[in-house]
Amino acid sequence: MELKGYSHKFGDDVNTDYIISGKYKFSTINMDELSVHLMEDLRPNFFNEIKKGDFIVAGANFGCGSSREQAPLVIKHAGISAVIATSFARIFYRNSINIGLPLVEVPTDNIAEGDLLAVDLEKGVVKNLTKEEVLKIKSLPKVMLKILQSGGLVNYYKKYGTLELID
Amino acid sequence: MSTCKTISEKIFSDHLGRDVEAGEIVIVDVDFMMGQDGTTPLAIKTFENVGANKISNPEKVAFVIDHNAPSPSEKVSALHKLMRDFSNKYNTNFYDIGEGICHQLIPEKGHALPGQIVIGADSHTCTYGAINCFSTGVGSTDLAIAMASGKLWFKIPESIKIILEGSLPTGVFSKDLALYIIKNLSANGATYKAVEFEGPIIDSLSVEARFTISNMSVEMGAKVGLMRLDKKAENWVKERTNSQFKSYEPDEGAKYEKIYKFDVSNLEPQIAKPHTVDNVSPITEVEGIPIQQGLLGTCTNGRIEDLRIAASILKDKKIHKNVRLIVAPASKDTLLKAMNEGIIQSLIQAGATVVAPGCGPCVGTHNGVPSDGENVISTANRNFKGRMGNNKAFIYLGSPATVAASCIEGKITDPRKYL
Repeated sequence: MELKGYSHKFGDDVNTDYIISGKYKFSTINMDELSVHLMEDLRPNFFNEIKKGDFIVAGANFGCGSSREQAPLVIKHAGISAVIATSFARIFYRNSINIGLPLVEVPTDNIAEGDLLAVDLEKGVVKNLTKEEVLKIKSLPKVMLKILQSGGLVNYYKKYGTLELID
Repeated sequence: MSTCKTISEKIFSDHLGRDVEAGEIVIVDVDFMMGQDGTTPLAIKTFENVGANKISNPEKVAFVIDHNAPSPSEKVSALHKLMRDFSNKYNTNFYDIGEGICHQLIPEKGHALPGQIVIGADSHTCTYGAINCFSTGVGSTDLAIAMASGKLWFKIPESIKIILEGSLPTGVFSKDLALYIIKNLSANGATYKAVEFEGPIIDSLSVEARFTISNMSVEMGAKVGLMRLDKKAENWVKERTNSQFKSYEPDEGAKYEKIYKFDVSNLEPQIAKPHTVDNVSPITEVEGIPIQQGLLGTCTNGRIEDLRIAASILKDKKIHKNVRLIVAPASKDTLLKAMNEGIIQSLIQAGATVVAPGCGPCVGTHNGVPSDGENVISTANRNFKGRMGNNKAFIYLGSPATVAASCIEGKITDPRKYL
């Protein structure tokens, strides 16, 4: 399946406090309420700039900081189809796979704000349609891909009825 | 397969009953799991969503209300109630408001033991590595699935070794060491890796001081910050549990992705400047920056030794008239000890405000949100923009001694002149 949308470009070390501030996340688990605050300390009106299917594109260490799963959840809930970054922090990476938010690890220096991108996870490529460039994605371990393809760990667990690793 | 193993490889191999090495993805039984009030409500929702109606082993589960305790609003109260009701229904361990910060309580109550695999739905779960426990932060879905199945999937991490050599100068504490290491490795210098800390400096530190370093290993991206279990640490654990445990040392020829050696004999106190934890300078480069608020506490530096050192500096003195100093002890036990030792009296007489044991102002929800343009000197582990609830404030991180000295003078101050 190909995901297609526009790039919203951020820098290095975007932490989970920036993605969703601690001052909001403790008072509700309703993602409708939380997702309007996505990235607001970095870009105040960001939620309203997103069109369904768009991508967040960032530099190194995206998602560093706390373990809050609200971070990938609000990104997904806001209509972002995948996060593309040079590298990701560990807990954010794990949480994203667990909730079924695709993450794409490629060098992002050449992707600009507003570039039209197409991501194919099965084929492992990011196409920059604006710049006519193709980037290859580092492939995910099979198990993680299976969890992602199931739509997250909850669905995986429901589908296979177990937490065994199924190849 | 290499026969020489890191601490992480040994812990996982023993749990699985077969030899495993870094890079493998495995499913393993989890020895203990924890959630706090920012992450547990979502885990409860997920637990119910997968159709689970039983916790695999409720004795291995603890919930802690620490991030927003006592509750500042109706909405937060509703989530706290959800946690209490769920805990009552399934008979898990539960630590309500006032008990303290999860990362103080889990080792203090003997829940996390050497050689175990422990998860916590909080990024600073890596703290218990200081007592040779493979402990790591996860999200709410992981916690939910682990509660239901008793297991979780892990990638066995590659390891990095950090050796601290020399002798520790006066006025330089484990917090300064942690900041100095993070400065050198950067905020993602250990991403996904298990870090093993060792060397004469680590040996010389108290167990409490070691927790500070393991706690901050996630600030360079690490999965866990492990240390060997020496006699000192073994005694610390034995004072808190009657359970049997096993500890692990790395093999001589174990594979490390990188080995760093730091001689810290000439180290100065360190300060992390806004807005990243790896933006670190020696204190002599930032002395004199005015501050309006101090924070002494958090899972990094809210322990009895931290309060002791701050009180020794503040005793019979007054904090600067333009400064508020907030003190949040890491746990009820810490608070009681501090009261018995006269520490709380000294701090309050100096002008400090003591709040309930918990995470308090560190996470920006209540108990001391700074105003626009204000500078805060804090013993916490994060200084991200907006972290304390105001994205127009500036957070500097330092040791408890640095915070105490700075609060007296109303500006960032080298604590060595007070020691």
